[in-house]
Amino acid sequence: MTSNAASPLIERAGIPPHRHTPARRVSVFLSQHARARLGLLLSAPLLWLGLVYIVALAALLVTAFWSVDSFTGEVSTTWTLDNFVTVFTGAVYQAVTLRTVGIALLVTIVDIVIALPIAFFMAKVASPRLRRILVIAVLMPLWASYLVKAYAWRSVLSEGGLLEWLLSPFGGQTPGYGIPAIVITLSYLWLPYVILPIYAGLERVPDSLLEASSDLGAKTGRTLVSIVLPMLWPAIIAGSIFSFSLSLGDYITVNIVGGANQLLGNLVFTNVGAANNLPLAAAIATIPIAIMVVYLTAARRSGALESL
Amino acid sequence: MRLSRTARISLGVVTGVVLAIVYLPLLVVFVNSFSTSKNLTWPPPGFTLEWWGKAFQNAGAMEAIGTSVQIAVVSTAIALVLGTLISLALQRFTFFGRDAVSLLVILPIALPGIVTGIALNNFFRTIIDVQLGFVTIVIAHSTFCIVTVFNNVIARLRRTGTSLEEASADLGAGIWTTFRLVTFPQIRSALLAGGLLAFALSFDEIIVTTFTAGPGMSTLPIWILNNLFRPNQAPIVNVIAVVLVLVSIVPIYFAQRLAGAESAQK
Repeated sequence: MTSNAASPLIERAGIPPHRHTPARRVSVFLSQHARARLGLLLSAPLLWLGLVYIVALAALLVTAFWSVDSFTGEVSTTWTLDNFVTVFTGAVYQAVTLRTVGIALLVTIVDIVIALPIAFFMAKVASPRLRRILVIAVLMPLWASYLVKAYAWRSVLSEGGLLEWLLSPFGGQTPGYGIPAIVITLSYLWLPYVILPIYAGLERVPDSLLEASSDLGAKTGRTLVSIVLPMLWPAIIAGSIFSFSLSLGDYITVNIVGGANQLLGNLVFTNVGAANNLPLAAAIATIPIAIMVVYLTAARRSGALESL
Repeated sequence: MRLSRTARISLGVVTGVVLAIVYLPLLVVFVNSFSTSKNLTWPPPGFTLEWWGKAFQNAGAMEAIGTSVQIAVVSTAIALVLGTLISLALQRFTFFGRDAVSLLVILPIALPGIVTGIALNNFFRTIIDVQLGFVTIVIAHSTFCIVTVFNNVIARLRRTGTSLEEASADLGAGIWTTFRLVTFPQIRSALLAGGLLAFALSFDEIIVTTFTAGPGMSTLPIWILNNLFRPNQAPIVNVIAVVLVLVSIVPIYFAQRLAGAESAQK
């Protein structure tokens, strides 16, 4: 590309010859050195994520091995396993961890069960025009503030609220504030995050495959189980990562609709704020970190991270 | 697979019912923004435009919206650059530690917000000792926004392949020209979709923001959290939520149209 042997030909074709600007020289160097190109692409993002995020996470984990001086309230940097002993043997922590994981799993299952038919309708049944409207309809609630939506559910579920007003003629009543309210509200909040990847996954399942399956005599149920589900699995797991992890760390919705119930997020939050015990909070935070690392490792095997 | 008419209709009905439930709380917010009741009793006792008038004169809310927009714009810009770089690196090269890098991008969104929040808070205050404020929020938001850009761009790069770029190089274009005239136009709508999600994510984030904002800063979600439980402010919060949803139709609609136009060309 740098030689001028072909330049008379190029000039006759009306293409100006290359100028030897610094940008051109860098470009020539980079197109000859793939590793340099890779290095240039990776350095900025890796520096950012490594310096900011990994250092911060590592520092947090180190803090979990420290303690707080009960007189001064200052963090003392003597190494101790006390925080971990407290977290792993305390009955409160075990109960809260189980409750949190249970709620996160339930929210994820509810969201997947609701998202599957909707995503299927959007991707395979609706006309292109209706599909565009439905995508907008699913995306739009994401722009309404998370807090406002959680608060709207508080108002809907309250005594004398909309739900009771709707149900009371049939003898029903609102579940009030508590674990059912937490599950309803969290499922509601994360539903678009689950619908979108499943919808994108379904769009990638070609219609021709479905037709081939039916031509070969498979009924709808068989096609769904043998063709659609295996192709869709990574997208479902990708969606579940959002609903699961977002539920695992939530404490604000829990405060708004959860009554007196506490999740792991609340324990971390109280220890950072009111109790001023960052080391204990860091030790509690290792629980969701460990759960998510296991979850992500399992998810990566299924290829889900590719379709997140 | 040929769905029966009944199956198609029932799928449509399920979709309709769920969307109705999705919009029900938003409808409650909308109705309450005109309600004369200050603590959102149902059914609303009367109609008033008082809150709509007051909302636009509320200096705190307007200032918080301004701050949130600035933070979201800067964070989205940083995320667009970093997300594009990292997706080009991961899609076009194989190298040692590639899996680890892709996990690293996802980690800030996959770990619960409160973990990211206290980790960054601890990092900013005790390790590098900076004042919490605009810059620290932007750093935190960019970190977890990278993944939305990354996902959209890498999916696009996987689909488009490298043949056009190779053709461009064969015709004598340098890498900058190739990026400007070949790669960038191919990923433009993916950047728009990813950027839009990044903006929305940053604009609405509350948990990480709480830990990185410092005392003087108020983004819109922080302002909302501080005012949601005050009787005189709750209806104003409803007005602002309604306006945001309505305003959001515009960018989503254009992103959809752009994506639709591009897929029609192919």
